[in-house]
Amino acid sequence: MPADGPPDELLPLPPSTFHILLALADEDRHGYAIIQDVAARTGGALRLSAGTLYRSIQRMLEQGLIVETQERPAPELDDERRRYYRIAPFGTAVARAEARRLTQLVDMARARGLAPGRA
Amino acid sequence: MRAYRAALHLYPASFRAEYGEEMRAVFARRRRDASGAAVAALWAVTLADILRNAAAAHWDILRQDLRYTARCLLRSPGFALTAILVTALGVGANTAAFSVTDFVLIRPLPFAAPERLVKLWERLPGYARMELSPANYRDWKRMSTAVEGMGAFYDRAVNLVGQGDPERLERTAVTADLLAMLGVRPLIGRLFTAADDRAGAPGTLLLSYGLWQSLFGGDTGVLGRRVILDNEPFIIIGAMPPDFHFPSREAEIWTPTRWQEQDFAERGDNYLNVVARLRPGISLEQARAEMNVVAARLERQYPKENKDTGASVVRLSDELSEQSRLLLVALGGAALCVLLIACANLANLLLARALSRQRELAVRAAMGAGRERLARQLVTESLVLAALGGLFGVAAAVVIVPLLGRLVPGSLPIAQTPSVDVRVLIFAALLTGLTGLGFGVVPALRASGNADLGGLREGARAGGGRKERLRSALVIAEVTASVVLLVSAGLLMRALWRIEATDPGFRPGGVLTLCTALPMPRYEATARRAEFYSRVLADARALPGVSAAAYISFLPMVMRGGIWPVSIGGEPENRTEAHTASMRFVTPGFFAAMGIPLHRGRDVSDSDTIDRAFAAVVSESFVRRYWPDQDPLGRHFQFATHDRSVVGVVGDIRVRGLERSSEPQVYLPYKQVQDGWFSFYSPQDLVVRSSANAEALLPALRRIIRGADPEQPVSDVRTLAQIVEEQTASRSTQVRVLGAFAAIAFLLAGVGIHGLLSFAVSRRAQEIGVRVALGAQSSTIVKMILRQGMWLAAVGVLLGVSLAYAAGRAMQALLAGVQPGDALTFLAVACLCVLMTILGCLFPALRAVRIDPITAIRTE
Repeated sequence: MPADGPPDELLPLPPSTFHILLALADEDRHGYAIIQDVAARTGGALRLSAGTLYRSIQRMLEQGLIVETQERPAPELDDERRRYYRIAPFGTAVARAEARRLTQLVDMARARGLAPGRA
Repeated sequence: MRAYRAALHLYPASFRAEYGEEMRAVFARRRRDASGAAVAALWAVTLADILRNAAAAHWDILRQDLRYTARCLLRSPGFALTAILVTALGVGANTAAFSVTDFVLIRPLPFAAPERLVKLWERLPGYARMELSPANYRDWKRMSTAVEGMGAFYDRAVNLVGQGDPERLERTAVTADLLAMLGVRPLIGRLFTAADDRAGAPGTLLLSYGLWQSLFGGDTGVLGRRVILDNEPFIIIGAMPPDFHFPSREAEIWTPTRWQEQDFAERGDNYLNVVARLRPGISLEQARAEMNVVAARLERQYPKENKDTGASVVRLSDELSEQSRLLLVALGGAALCVLLIACANLANLLLARALSRQRELAVRAAMGAGRERLARQLVTESLVLAALGGLFGVAAAVVIVPLLGRLVPGSLPIAQTPSVDVRVLIFAALLTGLTGLGFGVVPALRASGNADLGGLREGARAGGGRKERLRSALVIAEVTASVVLLVSAGLLMRALWRIEATDPGFRPGGVLTLCTALPMPRYEATARRAEFYSRVLADARALPGVSAAAYISFLPMVMRGGIWPVSIGGEPENRTEAHTASMRFVTPGFFAAMGIPLHRGRDVSDSDTIDRAFAAVVSESFVRRYWPDQDPLGRHFQFATHDRSVVGVVGDIRVRGLERSSEPQVYLPYKQVQDGWFSFYSPQDLVVRSSANAEALLPALRRIIRGADPEQPVSDVRTLAQIVEEQTASRSTQVRVLGAFAAIAFLLAGVGIHGLLSFAVSRRAQEIGVRVALGAQSSTIVKMILRQGMWLAAVGVLLGVSLAYAAGRAMQALLAGVQPGDALTFLAVACLCVLMTILGCLFPALRAVRIDPITAIRTE
């Protein structure tokens, strides 16, 4: 399903969706690599289960946040069962919008002295 | 790994196909990294994950399908409304029928361990169920061992004075242990004890919930209050719960029997209903065997009084006439027919729709939707339609069910109005689900199986001969079921007409009746009663428009019993049907007031007093039985403890109602009775014939009665016509309901034929175009369409007629003598079917004739 409409419509994003977008922001990854990347970045605090991951992927594909890519790594590194995903331009826009939203929230918390940093 | 693969089946197939392989790979990696206790933990986490996400994935798809369904249905509102309406008809009819059937036939009676409760009757030649006398009841109770309790009751209305206007109350006198044996508890207060039921004990009474509310506003302070019933004080000791209706929903108060020794003197004084509770483990057959032994022993002990007296034992829940049962079964069967027709119709509708959506489905299949996904979408669609239809159906049932109260027989200890409760709602939900699956699955499987690329080809003729045959078979089934319904409704309607046309023996028009039951012992003296009657009757006859007025013990059809053995020339009394007659005491003028013809001799008269020879007016059937071809006037017979001579002969009336034969009738002069004798038979029903509007007389009559005795309540105000109509009330309700079902079925079958042919015409448009181009006449085309419709109708009618005959045989007991193969009914139904087929063919045929050959061929 192609993406249309402003990116704000999907906000706030479910945490797992945001993390998957982050994982795919720098390179294409297959499912297990996404799980590993998320776990590494959160210091093991968030370990996506297979069910959550693939249900999120299915929905994100429908929403046009990500696409399945046909480019594959070198054959010696590949496993033919794997499918690789890439962030779509719309996905980048949505991730940015979500980051902006979160930043604004944190700024508001700071103004009330509820978060560290400049008041 | 195999376990994981199996667990993945909890996911929707489409999801599994897409991601199953990768999920297995992910799981394999994790499994490899885990060891020892971690394996168990991994499994626990994984299973929880699968359960949660599989449910969520199903929900995602359902939401999608629902959205898609909503769009599809909004795009074709005609189709959606038709499908919803048809389901609503099927579900509504069945929910309504089930709520009544469940209420009357299935649900256990509202007593403790109701399956062990039985009713006991005396059995005499000609009377399968005869009430017991107190003497026989006492002996049966003493001698039987198969039951752990036995209680008796009889209904005797009483007059309540001192609580506002005098009122007539339906009282049931019960033995002390009866209510406790049923396992009921009072809402407030206590039940009767043995001390309450002794001869000479002070009067005590229990209130029904309804009376407690209406008369005392539900005040708990009524306990211990004194009320006057028939001039005797009674203390209120309790009120019963709202769902307690015993022996029937009419009961308003209960009192103990308080028999005295003389009540046991007359063994032939049968007026007791007896209920017993079988010991656990005792079967009905064992109880019957024992009661027969008991009855036989008593017959040996009292050879004269108990001659030929057996016992019959029936379950309390079976205390229902075969007719009432059949009536409900017929209703349920009819509702089922309507549902089947509705399903067939919907299946056809969906098949046609699926065929016309072939291209859409093929496009979706081409875009990667699997067969399972398409079928699932279609089933969701039909379930949504069914659910909406079910909702409307239940709503309709909620409105209709209270109107079916007349189908609830009054002989059961349950409320009059069945309600739509949880049981019924569960039934409706199941029915709706089954309907949705029933009409949705087959079309869905067929359509999704066909959704290949072939459907994309323009002009492809989807759906071959096999599908056409399935659709034809469904239409034939609809015609068959509607013929069965039409014939059944027709037969029952003929039966109703036949009963309504039965001559009751009197002229019901223009007669008002009401009851003034004179309380005993105040009116025990015959002269005192005579004074009351003559005052009331003289004033009533003086009212403008009144042509006749009289009193009688009991009106025909209202009170069906009141029979007494007849003996001629001093032969011993015999209580079998061939030797009994209905007994009534009347005032002069009764025959004129009722419109019963006086054939010979004279009416009873005011000069038939106790010191004169005892007179009797008898009916023609009485004369036929005892003195055929002889002059009956002046002949003597022994009846009700006296020798009586015939002074007049009148026409027969239907005492036992329009559908049953009645005993011959004997009318006795109201003055020829000793003080205190036969007080049960004291005239109490006033009959007034008027040339003006009978009902308008009521205020004047009330005034007259108040003038004669200010404490005398007036009850049971009805016209004679209403009493006769009441005879056929449940029947006419049934005929109306069945008629409505049949009409719905008929309409649906017509729509079915129309739909099938319309579809066939649009699919064969090219072929028809070619035929026309080749010179076929319009009449040839019309004949072709008609032939197809007629063929379907003919097969349906043939099947339907044979099934309808079987249905008619099964409900022969309801047909009042109309033959199950009644030619007129069958002919009428066949004609209706031909008419329906022609109408169903009309529009498709017209469309076929209007097909322009050039356009039709060009689209190819």
